[in-house]
Amino acid sequence: MTPGEALAATGVDARAAGPGDAVAGVTPRWVALPESTGEVALVMRAAAEHGLAVVPAGGGTKLSWGYAPTRCDLLLDTRRMNRVLEHEAGDLVVRVQAGVTAAALASALGEAGQQLALDVMAEEATVGGVLATAAAGPRRLRHGTPRDLLIGITVVLADGTIARSGGKVVKNVAGYDLGKLFTGSLGTLGVITEATFRLHPLPASRAWVTATSPDPRVLTAVATLAGSQLEPSALELDRPGTHGPLTVAALFEGVAAAERAKAAAELLGDGSAISSGPPAWWARLPGERPAPDPAELLQETPGGHPTEDGPGPRLTESSPGDRSLEERVPQGGGFLLELRVPPAFAGRALAAVAWASDDAGGPPVHVRGSAASCVLHLAVPVDTPPGAAEIFVTSLRSEVAGDGGRLVVWTAPPEAAARLDRFGPVGAATLMRRVKERFDPEGRMSPGRLAGAPPAGSGT
Amino acid sequence: MTPAPADLSGLSGRFLAMLGPHGVITDPVRLRTYECDGLTYHRATPAVVVLPETAEQVAAVVRACHETGTPFVARGSGTGLSGGALPRSDGVLIVTSRMRRILEIDVENRRAVVEPGVTNLAITEAARPYGYYYAPDPSSQQICSIGGNVAENSGGAHCLKYGFTVNHVLAVELVTPEGEIVLLDAMDPGYDLLGAFIGSEGTLGIATKITVRLSREPETVTTLLAAFPDVETGGVAVSAIIGAGIVPAAIEMMDALAIEAAEAAVRCDYPPGAGAVLIVELDGPHAEVAHEFARVDAICRESGAFAVRVADDPARRAAIWKGRRSAFAAVGRISPAYLVQDGVVPRTALPAVLAGIERLSARYGIRVANVFHAGDGNLHPLVLFDDAEEGAGERAELVSGEILDLCLEHGGSITGEHGVGVDKSRYMPKMFTAEDLDTMQLVRCAFDPRNLSNPGKIFPTPRLCGEVPGVRKGVHPLVASGEADLF
Repeated sequence: MTPGEALAATGVDARAAGPGDAVAGVTPRWVALPESTGEVALVMRAAAEHGLAVVPAGGGTKLSWGYAPTRCDLLLDTRRMNRVLEHEAGDLVVRVQAGVTAAALASALGEAGQQLALDVMAEEATVGGVLATAAAGPRRLRHGTPRDLLIGITVVLADGTIARSGGKVVKNVAGYDLGKLFTGSLGTLGVITEATFRLHPLPASRAWVTATSPDPRVLTAVATLAGSQLEPSALELDRPGTHGPLTVAALFEGVAAAERAKAAAELLGDGSAISSGPPAWWARLPGERPAPDPAELLQETPGGHPTEDGPGPRLTESSPGDRSLEERVPQGGGFLLELRVPPAFAGRALAAVAWASDDAGGPPVHVRGSAASCVLHLAVPVDTPPGAAEIFVTSLRSEVAGDGGRLVVWTAPPEAAARLDRFGPVGAATLMRRVKERFDPEGRMSPGRLAGAPPAGSGT
Repeated sequence: MTPAPADLSGLSGRFLAMLGPHGVITDPVRLRTYECDGLTYHRATPAVVVLPETAEQVAAVVRACHETGTPFVARGSGTGLSGGALPRSDGVLIVTSRMRRILEIDVENRRAVVEPGVTNLAITEAARPYGYYYAPDPSSQQICSIGGNVAENSGGAHCLKYGFTVNHVLAVELVTPEGEIVLLDAMDPGYDLLGAFIGSEGTLGIATKITVRLSREPETVTTLLAAFPDVETGGVAVSAIIGAGIVPAAIEMMDALAIEAAEAAVRCDYPPGAGAVLIVELDGPHAEVAHEFARVDAICRESGAFAVRVADDPARRAAIWKGRRSAFAAVGRISPAYLVQDGVVPRTALPAVLAGIERLSARYGIRVANVFHAGDGNLHPLVLFDDAEEGAGERAELVSGEILDLCLEHGGSITGEHGVGVDKSRYMPKMFTAEDLDTMQLVRCAFDPRNLSNPGKIFPTPRLCGEVPGVRKGVHPLVASGEADLF
């Protein structure tokens, strides 16, 4: 049996891949479209028997993050796993399939006055993808990141094993927390198929305070606000030009949000403004095109096909309803970096960005992110020469190292990508590699995407 | 029965050279001090105890254990309630109580760097002058060590709003089971090994330096005590509070028997005639708390509370918490012996599970006092018995075990905060499939291929690393339960 026949024999919907399915330039041979954990296990067993390299993908909004896979035979598209499996409003808990999109989940939970307290940067992003990339937005300050809200997970390993940890209660210390392990794993340990989250009530009201300042001195006021008892839910900054003015914005949530925002405005000083809606750049990565209309996206999400279709080979041609990855990945193709430093060093981090840019011949850098948690995203234009990009990354990384900072290069144009150390030094790289070797001894799960965890001796 | 300690005199000699006579205990009488942790009915005298003072010393001890294939167990203050720090009679007990320096209170970065033997409360006390505190507050916070908190992922009464240890630790320096010193940092990309390490009950290595997040003290704290005729009406109030979109810092409930014990022990002076008391604590900006308090007060009265007391200063708050905090020890006043259970159910299943516990109590003729974190469904049934009465201990064990079965039937967990340890490893296969446990074992093998770090805890007889799992037969439980389907 050929690998294609073996995939067909699973009875799981699959099709031949086209150039539009490429993952960071690597085109797979097949795309599988499972609808359940069980179907994922069938596909993974077939892939194991034939030694196929598998890359799981959700909305594809961050599929260009990290290194390009060294091999990709099968793209495992989770978007048909789009069911909310259990939502017990009284327990403030939801269990979903990994292909549920952030927008669909927000709408389902909103009906019950609840939310998953994560700011997802793209409406098309799926729950599984958010976990695999550990992506979080402004409210990380109050609610943490995906790992802080995840209470249970189901995964399928490279050999088809279905494994679960945690559960559907918030307080639970039984067994190892595989959910934590898979958070940030970029598809290299297995396929995330289901996730259970703790929820929060939607706040009664929200208010934003924004202030624009010619220079980073405004960060002193931000630090005061972060250390105040006003309890902002988020404290963000946006600096579109490398040396340019800086806008900061604070979010308050609750019955008395407006009252607290007023007190915050006094701290931020003259020129600050209170609004009931966020600034346009809120919860968006720098360097991206404006947000698409979520309603339009929902219509285009392929619905599940009837399961009564029965088993049988269904290696079909690409269906027109499936938007290819190429169409879903945010355009722009520039550099996206993530800079983290301890919060007191936010001002020094901004200065370091400007110096590194000067060192590299002055490519413009757009900085945006969480000022109080100090997780900043940096966008550098696509036409920055690879050599300059390399100098920028090396210089910035060494500049922030003394403050305990980290710099990750999430995306880079192909010519520059080959020259860049994407992740920098990671203290636990050896342990990560050992974990990877145990979970995926054949190195078939998204091989090469997460440096620091390559399978030993995997060669290519 | 305590097995006789093994002869590790060769290893002890090496430890003496590393740590000096002050850092090694081999005297049989002194060794007995360490034979159990807070779960006193499991005992084993360690072959040797070491008291290192630095991470390098811990690493040297662990390397020696690794070279000789000797099992080792880490222990902080020994307050754990699941036998997680139960020593091995054929192994080394590594006690971190001499590593108790607070290395840094870094207010600007809202963090503290501490050694593992520092007590939980000591961090808060060091941060308090700056207006900060360390949020997780297990009941034993005056004596429990932060290293132990990391091992157990400890919670506390306020974790409903603020989360657990894992949500407040920013970095851990650990000694791996092979004796390497490694830093796990939340800022690093890749697998969240920090998150996986916290709560691994000492089976993945020993934390030697811990960076915790400090939280700003809330502007206002208001505590409310409401007395209800019975647990059912109190439960109605809990559901209504959560349903109103309020996330209190804590919601605690005690039933009549627990109240009786607390009154006998500490004269907490709760409203007479209460069949249940509910303690609700709200904190945050003044304007938010004032509004929420009004809602909670109204909800309690509407739900059937016949008395409501309010505290907004530390002394009155302490008076309200006095009974709750003393509850575990207090049952000693009304019963010669007792078991403390720790199970979790979805909050909406609380009424059904409490009714189930009452039926178990009646069937076995064993009294059960209930103290629980009502907000997150974490039950601490206190199973009371007379150890002088023949068979009572066994019946109490049965009741305690069947309470866990009840929790699992309702989609809950066998432990919310006390850990699995040695006490509950046998329940793990009831909560997890063989595949789930084998997959967790992959993590263990990555960190500790020789299975030397706290062996025998959490997992029931795991396979050796490198052993290939057998061919599985039958239907996966997820399929059987309809949660996953194969076709």
